Order: sequence, then C-alpha cells, then structure tokens
Amino acid sequence: MGEELKVIVFALAHEEYGIEVEKVRTIERMMPMTRVPKTPEFIKGVINLRGVVVPVIDLRGRFGFAEAEYTDNTRIIIVAVGDIEVGMIVDSANDVIDVDSDAIENPPEIVGGIKAKYLRGIAKIADDRLLILLNLSEVLNKSEIIQLEHLEE
Amino acid sequence: MELNQYLSMFIDESRDHLQAMNENLLSLESSPQDISIVQNIFRSAHTLKGMSATMGFEDLASLTHEMENVLDLVRNHKTEMNPFIFDCLFKSLDSLESMVDDIIQGGTGKADVRDIVAALKSIVTGDYAKGGAAAAAPAAQAAAGKTADLDEFQISVISQSIEGGHMVFHVDVAVRDDCVLKAARAYMVFDVLERNGEVIKATPPVEDIEQEKFEKSFSVYYISQLNQADLEKQIGSVSEIETVKVVPITEQYLADMQKAQAPAAAETAAASAAAPATSEPAAAKKDAAPAKAAGQGAPVANRTIRVDIERLDALMNLFSELLIDRVRLEQLASEIRRNDLIETVEHMTRVSSDLQSIVMKLRMVPVDTVFNRFPRMVRDVAKTLDKKIDLVITGADTELDRTVVDEIGDPLVHLLRNSVDHGVEPPADRIAAGKPETGSVWLRAFHSGNHVFIEIEDDGRGINREKVLKTAVKNGVVTQDQAPKLADEEVYQLLFASGFSTADKISDISGRGVGLDVVKTKIESLGGRVHVQSQLGRGTKFSVQLPLTLSIISAMLVRLGPEKYAIPLSSIVETAAVKQDQIRQVHGNKMVNFRSSVIPLVDTAQVFDVPQSAEARESSAEMQMVVIRKGEKLAALTVDEFIGQQEIVLKSLGKYLTNLFAISGATILGDGQVALIVDTNALIK
Repeated sequence: MGEELKVIVFALAHEEYGIEVEKVRTIERMMPMTRVPKTPEFIKGVINLRGVVVPVIDLRGRFGFAEAEYTDNTRIIIVAVGDIEVGMIVDSANDVIDVDSDAIENPPEIVGGIKAKYLRGIAKIADDRLLILLNLSEVLNKSEIIQLEHLEE
Repeated sequence: MELNQYLSMFIDESRDHLQAMNENLLSLESSPQDISIVQNIFRSAHTLKGMSATMGFEDLASLTHEMENVLDLVRNHKTEMNPFIFDCLFKSLDSLESMVDDIIQGGTGKADVRDIVAALKSIVTGDYAKGGAAAAAPAAQAAAGKTADLDEFQISVISQSIEGGHMVFHVDVAVRDDCVLKAARAYMVFDVLERNGEVIKATPPVEDIEQEKFEKSFSVYYISQLNQADLEKQIGSVSEIETVKVVPITEQYLADMQKAQAPAAAETAAASAAAPATSEPAAAKKDAAPAKAAGQGAPVANRTIRVDIERLDALMNLFSELLIDRVRLEQLASEIRRNDLIETVEHMTRVSSDLQSIVMKLRMVPVDTVFNRFPRMVRDVAKTLDKKIDLVITGADTELDRTVVDEIGDPLVHLLRNSVDHGVEPPADRIAAGKPETGSVWLRAFHSGNHVFIEIEDDGRGINREKVLKTAVKNGVVTQDQAPKLADEEVYQLLFASGFSTADKISDISGRGVGLDVVKTKIESLGGRVHVQSQLGRGTKFSVQLPLTLSIISAMLVRLGPEKYAIPLSSIVETAAVKQDQIRQVHGNKMVNFRSSVIPLVDTAQVFDVPQSAEARESSAEMQMVVIRKGEKLAALTVDEFIGQQEIVLKSLGKYLTNLFAISGATILGDGQVALIVDTNALIK
C-alpha cells in the first residue's frame, strides 16, 4: 500500500477528474460574475467570495472542450495553488474519495483531448472507474495564458 | 527574567534613541557651541547604554559607554567638538545601528568595535590631538612625506598602539625586477604580516596590490609584537624580494607627520570658516526647530501607543466589510421605504463615515519618519563627494498612509542621492557658474487634494536634454526620428526608462538615470507618479505624487451596457453630456470640444468590448461623458449612465489576473456584485 490521497471528484465532459483535497478551498454553486474585459474567453470573470474578489475560469474552456450550459449541478471549485486563488467551473462535483498512490499511473499521451502536461496521472478506483488527476499548477500556469492571449490577437 | 518579551520594545526604543542622536549630532555640527544639544545626545547614549546592558548586549553597552565618556568631556567644557570627534561619533552611531539591525535579524548584536573604541578612547585621553600640539617639534622631512597619507583616525590608532606597548612600523617592500608573479609575492608578504600583527594602511591600497597594480614596491603601516630585526628577517625570507625596509614609528615620528599635514588642515579650517557665513540662516532655523520638537515631543511620548501594523490591517479589512454592508443597507432602505429604517440607516451612515475617517487616520503617520534619515545621508554623500550642500526640509509633518510611508523611503533615497551626486555641482564649478558655493537641495512634502506631493529640488546643473536624447537613441529607447519631436517633459521621462538603468557611461547624461527605472516602478506600484522639471544650469525638480491611502477611495460609478465600472474621482475633471453632432472626426479619431480645447473621445464600451451597448448608444442624440486627466492631458470617456459617487474599498484581483488592460482593481458594491475599477491612465496615450 502506498500513501492515501484524498481527492475531490468532479465531472467534466463525461469524464471524472480529481484534485487533491488540500488544494480545494470551497465548492460553490454558480453565482453572478463580473466579466473582465480583454481576457481569454475561458476566464469567465470575477466573483465576490465573501468579500474576496476571486477570478473564475471555465475548465471546459480551459481545456478547449465545447462549453456547456450551466445547470443546477454546475459548481465552482475554489482552488489555491501557491498564492494564486482561482475558481474553476465544472459540470458537477460529486464525491470525496481516498486513492492509493500506488494505483496512480502515468497519463497516456491523450486523454479526452487534454494535453498530458495538465495531468498528474490516472487512477483506477474500481473495475470500470478511471479518475483523471489534474496537475493544477500547470492548469493555472500563467505563461501559457499569455501565449493564448497572443494567439487571439 | 524573560528578556524576549522586552526585545521588541528594546528595538523600538533603541531605534528612537539612535535616530535622536543622529539628528542631534547633525544639528550640533551646525552649532557646535550649543551644550544643550550635547546634553540631549548624552542622555540618549546613557539610556541606550542602560538598556543594552540590561538586555545583555555587551558590545552595544561598551560602545555607548565610550561615547558617553567623550560626550561627558564636551559637556563639561573639557574639550571642544571638532571634525574628528564628529566623525568618530557618527561612525559609532553607524556601528550601533548595524548592531541593532543584527539584533532585529535575530543576531546577538555582537560586532568588532575595537577600532572605534580605540579612537573614542584617544579622544578622551587627548592623544589624537597630541600630534597636532607637538607640531612645533623639528620636522623630519622624509618621515613626513611618507606618513602624510594617513588620516586622523589611522594616526590615532597608531598612537594608541604605541602607548599600549605595541611596536608600530612603516614597512617598505620592493620586489625584484625579474619577479614574475608580483601579486603572489605581495600576498605572501601580507600573509607573514597578518600572522604577526595588524596592517593599518597599505600604499597602494590592498585591492590594488592584489591586482598587481603596483610598480615595484609597496609599503604598509603595521602594528606588531615582533621587533624590527625579526620582522625584516621574516619578510626577507619570502623569495624574489629585493629589499625590506622596516622603520619603527614613534610618537615623535607621528608628530612630525602631523606637522606636515598642518598646512592642509589649515586649508580645510579656512574653508569651514568661510562656510558659517552662508549657513548662518540655516543654523538659526535649526536652533528654532529643536525647541519646537522638544515642546511637542514630551506630551506626545506619553499619549501614544505602539500598535502592531497587522492589527490595524485587520481592523481595516473588517471595516471595509462594514462599508460594503452599509451600502447594501442603504439600498435596501431605499427599496423598502420605511421611515424609521431610513433614519436608522442614515444615522449609521454618519457614524460609519466618522469611524472611517478615524480608522484612516490611525494608519496615517507623518513622513518625517522617512525624512529624518535624510539629513545624515546627505551629509555623508556630500562629504564623500567634497560638495557643500544645504538640505532644506519642509512639510515633514505631512501625513501619509503607513504602508506608503514604508515603501517610499527607498525611491526617495535614490532621488536625493541623484540630486546630491549628479545635480549639485562641485564647489569650484558652482563658483565658476556664479552660484553660491553651497548648493541647496529642497525636500518638500505637502497635501493637495487627495494626494500628497513630495518634491526634491536642487539648484544644480539641470538635465541636458540633448545628452539624454543621445543616450536614449543609442540605447534604443527612442528612434532617431522620434527624438526631436519629444517635449522636454517626455525627454526627462526617458530617464526612467529601463534602458537607462544600465547606461554604461554615467557621465554621458550627467549620471541621471542610474536605477531611476526602479524608482518609477516602485512609485507607480503605490499608485503614484513622478514628474521631472529641469532648467539647464538652474536645477532640477522631481515631483512625486502619491495617493493618501491605498485602500479606500472615492469613485464615480458608471454603467456601460449591463456592466458597472468605477472611475476614481481623483482622475475625473468633470462629467458632461455631449450631443452626437458635437463629435468630430480628426484623423479617424473621435474628438470633442471641451472648454475651448479639443480632446479625444474614448468609446469606453468599445474598449472594454461591452456586449449589447453600441447600437443603443449610437441612436441616442446625447451621450454622457467623463472627462479624465493624466497629468496635463485630458480625454473624455463615454458612458451610458452615471450611477453616483461612492466610497469604494479597493480589492485586488489576485495573482491570477495580472497585467489587465485599463483595469486597476475591483470593488464590491452594495448588492454584492463586483465592479471593476478603471485605470484611466491606460486610456490616455
């Protein structure tokens, strides 16, 4: 047995993803957002999270998936990596589970169209259940966002 | 006794005392006869000594003890202040400061202060002056020639050592002509020397010797336990050495040397005698100042408490939450329309705005906490540069937010150094230019509207526009074509370009520009601006504009389509309406008449890509606009509606969203929505 890893499980475009629970501040329902002009499309704006202004990104947009309508299940997962705090819009947040670190395998090159560098690994948690663990610091990497901005121009 | 709990108190108080001693010593320098100032310094030193001893910082205590002895002599008229004593005392203060800094960093406050203690002791015994007094003794020309390069401090160390029974030598070493590695031989000689004693001074300096920057011979003043013969033998044993000449130095020798220096000293004395004539008004002013300081100093000391800045920050944060709720309540009350509710909310509004101004004032500190270190700095820089400079400080009681005050020190040091170093000319140049020999640097602080201005002005040589441009073109900051079109102010702003920070030839642009980009970045990060005015040959003025506070500002809320934005009131000139037919096209840009000048009209909604806004606006006959200002330049921003003026609490957008175009932050409105704050500076080109 390796170390136990507690992860929050959420759904995005028919896949199940996980992020370490220590990186998650809270999970919120959708709330009104203020658009921030001149930012990439996937940055949906900023919210008032109990007096703190937090930017929110659409994770589908971030990974280049087709964006979906927000529903009652849509959640904003507020994560903190280093001194960066960001909300991520996901289709739904379902579960908290323990993953054995031995069960985590290196990601294959392509999983559902996401670049491998965004992924920390794939965990097999049941016979037919695969959990994609996200590499948050890459997902929130800013230098890449700057590149994206240039592309849009 | 548990000392740790007193440590922060000790640090605060010793800093206060050191600052007081520094200030008093400076004012004593301009009026050396004033014994009351000596008394003040003595008292501070005495308190500091007691505190350090109690806390177990022995080195601090022993150094202050020696200072006390010197000061005691002065206040009892047994000796008079002179430049040597001033220098020693200033050096002592520097050591004390670095020891206290060490303690702050968690160190033990230990430092090697032997040299300074020796110098202070020599003042008490009067030895340092003996050389001068005995100058009537017959001169030994050869000796005098050699020793003339020793400064007073080194002489006092030597005379102390002789008294303490040590041998002092002047050692002359010549290497052979065919020596291949002169530096290596020199190193070996120094190795021998340092094993057996202490080198006071080397000619040429040790760094030069290490880099082989000497012809054939070098000489050192050297304190040792060895006798002359042993020393000669030991150094001689290093190979490839041609000659070793060891001359013992005696009191007599020193005396002769002092005599040789006397003419030089007389010159400086004459120069300083000339100085009082010009510095008379300054001295008079300074006389008045301590009296005033003493007048207010005493009661204030008893009526203030020190508060941890973090607690104030916490208070500030809580208070900003309260402000947000207040706006929310106001909104609800106006919707519900119940009179007693409206009255209560109005009362709460009044109370909270009073509370707000108190909370703001809690964080305000006078800039003089920053300014008070400058007189000393200017004195030191001027002294090393051989310049005469009168620093005139006004408005030191102007108050600024604590966080701004903490940050503004370094940029100001930079600008002041710049003025002293590159602005004010050396005395000879000044006389040649028909100016008074003593240059002036003014440091002013004052309030103006929602801002505090800090100005640094000198009456020096001014900025040479052409030279700046030449360097700018060379460094690629501007192109050859742009250069002639720039206004003076724009040219001076080039000094702040980062390309200038690495300017290789400092003299190229009379030195301005070294590191000024850092100054600008820092000031802008505080929400401030720097302006430069200059007249060639007449002087330069740096004007730093700073916001009073960083956390709560007055802003105009406006609507653009469905979105709300806040525009800081400090950058708004006025609001107005403009008819469609008043808008003109100039070079494809929309312009509008404003008070007999034509200013650009910025389509804000378009700049911010606001959805469902454009059509609605085009059709209406009249548009609302906000006229904003950036320095001298004006521009009009179109908006759909004015919502009203409000106090808003600045919130950062976090580390994820940086370098946003024309957005400087956010605030939370009464309804809980986030509104973005427009950075108007980015909208004016």
